Amino acid sequence: MPEKADIVIIGGGVMGCAIAYNLAKEGLKPVVIEKSDIGGEASGSNGGGVRQSARNLKEMPLAMESIQIYGQLHEELGMDVEYVRQGNLRLCTSEEELEVMRQAVENQKKVGLELEMLDRKQVLEINPHVGEKIVGASFCPTDGHVNPFLVTYGFFLKAKSLGARFYTHEEAKEIRMKKGRVTGVVTDKNTFETDLVVDAAGVAGRKVANMVGLDLPMRPVFSEALITEAYPPLFKQMVGHAKGLFYGRQTVHGSFFWGGFVGTEQFIYREGKPLFHYIGPAISQMVIDFFPVLKDLNVIRMWSGLIAQMSDAIPVLGFTQEVPGFVFATGFSGHGFGLAPVIGRLISELIMDCKTSIPINDFCYGRFHKGSDNDCSCQGNATCTTVTAVCPNKREWLKSI
Amino acid sequence: MVERFKQLKGNGAGKTALEKTVQATKKTDASTDDDDLVICRCEEITRGEIKAAIRNGIYTLNGVKRITRAGMGLCQGQTCQQLVARILAEELGLSAADIDPTTARGPVRPLRLEVFANR
Repeated sequence: MPEKADIVIIGGGVMGCAIAYNLAKEGLKPVVIEKSDIGGEASGSNGGGVRQSARNLKEMPLAMESIQIYGQLHEELGMDVEYVRQGNLRLCTSEEELEVMRQAVENQKKVGLELEMLDRKQVLEINPHVGEKIVGASFCPTDGHVNPFLVTYGFFLKAKSLGARFYTHEEAKEIRMKKGRVTGVVTDKNTFETDLVVDAAGVAGRKVANMVGLDLPMRPVFSEALITEAYPPLFKQMVGHAKGLFYGRQTVHGSFFWGGFVGTEQFIYREGKPLFHYIGPAISQMVIDFFPVLKDLNVIRMWSGLIAQMSDAIPVLGFTQEVPGFVFATGFSGHGFGLAPVIGRLISELIMDCKTSIPINDFCYGRFHKGSDNDCSCQGNATCTTVTAVCPNKREWLKSI
Repeated sequence: MVERFKQLKGNGAGKTALEKTVQATKKTDASTDDDDLVICRCEEITRGEIKAAIRNGIYTLNGVKRITRAGMGLCQGQTCQQLVARILAEELGLSAADIDPTTARGPVRPLRLEVFANR
């Protein structure tokens, strides 16, 4: 006998949990399906950066709102998520990098972000531990970092307490459709009857889209990170290289997190999550160059994760005309963690009321068919007829039952 | 693993008297007042914290490690992993052999950044 569900969310990472929490708060009883543990994939292996600076300009309004939500998330979730809002330094090592950074800073100021360029002396005032190679940096004081495990866990617990049901260690295998509409989800253990499915499957988001006959220009990109032993508090900012080659922070626990790339990962990626013998040393070299004081610290663990990289490096969000009842919230291209709280809220608004408080038009699925009548200026917009055609308006539905 | 959990739950009636006694003893063990017993020495994580995570719906060693930090310290779980596995087994009504180990992570022993960087 299939179970009935108001909505099925595929993916129990931070996105799935945040969406489930927001919907449960509105009175729906979502079902979340997760093939491993809660936050077992990217949500359990990312750096926990909550950053606005150097975001894609289209994502900026979302990133800025997300910072506001993170500021009071501990109250909302009723637990400490180790959020630290002490800024983000993007460090430059050459005049060339400084020039690129200056331009980027100007562009970001235009969309309303508060950030500034610092010379070496100013960088040293904020972080006296940077190495000799550093010539300057951009600094966004409202950026920060958070413990990714706890945020995911917090959303999960809160959603559960509000009536969301979680099915972990269970994999979605099929999405049932009738006359082009979503009617249910079949997993390896259960069948759920539902008229709404959210694709929050991260790196598996393409596979889930394939289940309803859609495809995404997405590929998995491999990323690696290491963690050191604990050290007395040294600095509170999130730090990173201007070109994004490495990034890191000191956690509230005291250990240093460092993540990074060498540039060839996307070509050597294969199934599973292998550790490459040269990425750890490459990250370590950069860390020592940028923060020489850390050279004697012990590395205690390394791990890797997969990033759901879209061809244009921004996510896919919202309904699509092609398949009524199917909602995208995937393809975050490595920016997902910082955006999760706001995405949870917006996707919930979209499902409940068919409109969002911040426009998400730029992230529509239709952007991949240029020239077709799937115009992005229409998708996700309150006045859009195509969206209301596929929008379930769950608030009205809740009132009617 | 969780499948096995469900199977076991379903087959409770078919258990031998000995198995039932063993289970009952384990139950009493789990319910005694040793929740403040430190299980992970490196990160000072207690039995109670680990049990709370499991009861909240985290059913693997990897998951418990992420949420509680048990096994994230200097020894990387070499001391506590078996103990956490036992708590998991008890809580889920499984045999310890059914609990998958945590994903093995390099380096095997702590390694100085400078050494790792090959400087």
